[in-house]
Amino acid sequence: MKQETLLSIKNLHTRFHIYEGVVTAVDGINLDVYRGETLGVVGESGCGKSVTALSILRLLASPPAEIQGEILFDGENLLDMNLGEIRQIRGNSISMIFQEPMTSLNPVLTIGEQISEAIKLHRGLTQQEAWAKAVEMLQMVQIPSPEMRAQEYPHQLSGGMRQRAMIAMALSCRPRLLLADEPTTALDVTIQAQIVDLMGRLKKEFETSIMLITHNLGLIAEMAKRVVVMYAGKVVEEALVEDLFAEPLHPYTQGLLGSIPWMGRKMKAGRKQLQEIPGMVPSLLEMPEGCRFHPRCPRMMDICRKEEPPLVQKDGRRVLCWLWK
Amino acid sequence: MTEPTQTWNTQRSADSQLKRNWAKLRRNKAALFGSMLILAYFITALMAPIIFPGNPSAPNLMKALERPSAAHPLGKDELGRSILGRVIYGSRVSLLIAIGVVAVGLLVGVPLGLISGYYGGKVDFGIQRVTDTLLAFPGFLLALALVSVLGVGLKNTIISVGISMVPIYIRLVRGCALSVREQTYVEAAKAVGTRNRTILFRHILPNVMIPITIQTSLGMGTAILFAAGLGFLGIGVQPPTPEWGAMLGSGRAYLFHAPHVATFPGIAIFLAVLGFNLAGDGLRDVLDPRFRL
Repeated sequence: MKQETLLSIKNLHTRFHIYEGVVTAVDGINLDVYRGETLGVVGESGCGKSVTALSILRLLASPPAEIQGEILFDGENLLDMNLGEIRQIRGNSISMIFQEPMTSLNPVLTIGEQISEAIKLHRGLTQQEAWAKAVEMLQMVQIPSPEMRAQEYPHQLSGGMRQRAMIAMALSCRPRLLLADEPTTALDVTIQAQIVDLMGRLKKEFETSIMLITHNLGLIAEMAKRVVVMYAGKVVEEALVEDLFAEPLHPYTQGLLGSIPWMGRKMKAGRKQLQEIPGMVPSLLEMPEGCRFHPRCPRMMDICRKEEPPLVQKDGRRVLCWLWK
Repeated sequence: MTEPTQTWNTQRSADSQLKRNWAKLRRNKAALFGSMLILAYFITALMAPIIFPGNPSAPNLMKALERPSAAHPLGKDELGRSILGRVIYGSRVSLLIAIGVVAVGLLVGVPLGLISGYYGGKVDFGIQRVTDTLLAFPGFLLALALVSVLGVGLKNTIISVGISMVPIYIRLVRGCALSVREQTYVEAAKAVGTRNRTILFRHILPNVMIPITIQTSLGMGTAILFAAGLGFLGIGVQPPTPEWGAMLGSGRAYLFHAPHVATFPGIAIFLAVLGFNLAGDGLRDVLDPRFRL
């Protein structure tokens, strides 16, 4: 089954030049997002998920950031574009939802003003037309009495409603790719479910591809088709969601899945029901030699300490580990 | 069914916010007093010809230095002009200066501060070094130096005092812009493709309006004081225009045998400056208790 590639990241490096040295937040990752699919990107805090998303939209200030590699969107390299061209992409072809609905809306502008701003910018509509479109978008994300809500300020809306408004803003120009950076993390569980449901519905309606960045594997299982696991700036495993959950190949992925409580999971003899991954993500300034995961890996071998692991292709999956060589 | 309830709630919350602020302002006696002084000052300036129908610059040497009486409540100055009339008309001049100075400060200082804080880097460095240089001089000395370059008169007084205030606005706005630009909503605005100019004036500026408003009130008081200082030294607004500082300056010569000539313009300056400072402090307490200049 050959799918059309919408976004293709090739050998992306994002480095930050700071006082203490050079921090490589994203270290040569490769990934593709196909048309109309939801790609999940998982990993712990600080593994480079958000930086990848910000690199795509070139939202990192440079200096200190330095981005290398290729980010092909519809065949065009976003990293070669000038500021005017990338601005045409932002919000129009690729848009983004942020983690904190509390702080990602401007407190001094009404909801309608903020949504219609993007519409005016990319669609060249008049104020009235853009406002009408903004109200329509609020309706679409199921905000009750949208005409009135459009005239309100963010503090008058609940957290869930604000995230809906953010989604309305992000989807207002019918982007082809939506970068959702922890879209439900700051919301309580029932609201999370509503937002997930809403995103799934809108994805179908708008035929938008979604790159879902999260550390919540449950969310990935529910929404994504394929999943990419990142660790310390590298992609360590890529697989279809079912395959990943059925048989995680990388010890890090195994650890991640082992650390989620499952209802009705049988306890194996001699094993704790919940496992943890010992240690912490290494500091980006002091990366371990060889495999970056080796100090925390339960199945560490000698070679892991010395040489960087190869990318192994296995049944259409990719895994960055010596175990499968 | 929820709609009417919601409207009512929203309306009520907006109302109660205003009410709360008003209650806070009313509890703050000093601020209330300051606001009343400003109000009186504005009324005097706007209605000067009604309050004092005569010509405040018409001399009458026969009555020079006459003491306060029922006919001339504040007495007469060295040229026999009514001090009451000159103090009343002087409020127009000082109000014009105060507004002009603050306008210069805002128009130059706010955009530069926004640009400096938002863009950072070399632009910020450049603007801040110039600001440092200007701030190295005490404000009044800077205004004095500028007047000596530009020359005397109303317009030059406004420009000089205005420029001496610009660095204060630059610093204030830059500091606020620095913290606002790190907010997620600024990043979100960039992520939908908003231009830097739009972000600057539509997203960041409204978020720094409170400190600007407070500084504007305080700045008007300072402007009146500086302009009066220049007038006192004889290099501000020139006679025969009734200007409080110049009146104070010319009254100085008669301080011993006709103290009323210098006293009343001095009181006028004092009350106007006090009003703006009290009101500015009160505004700060009401609008943002965390904010301290």
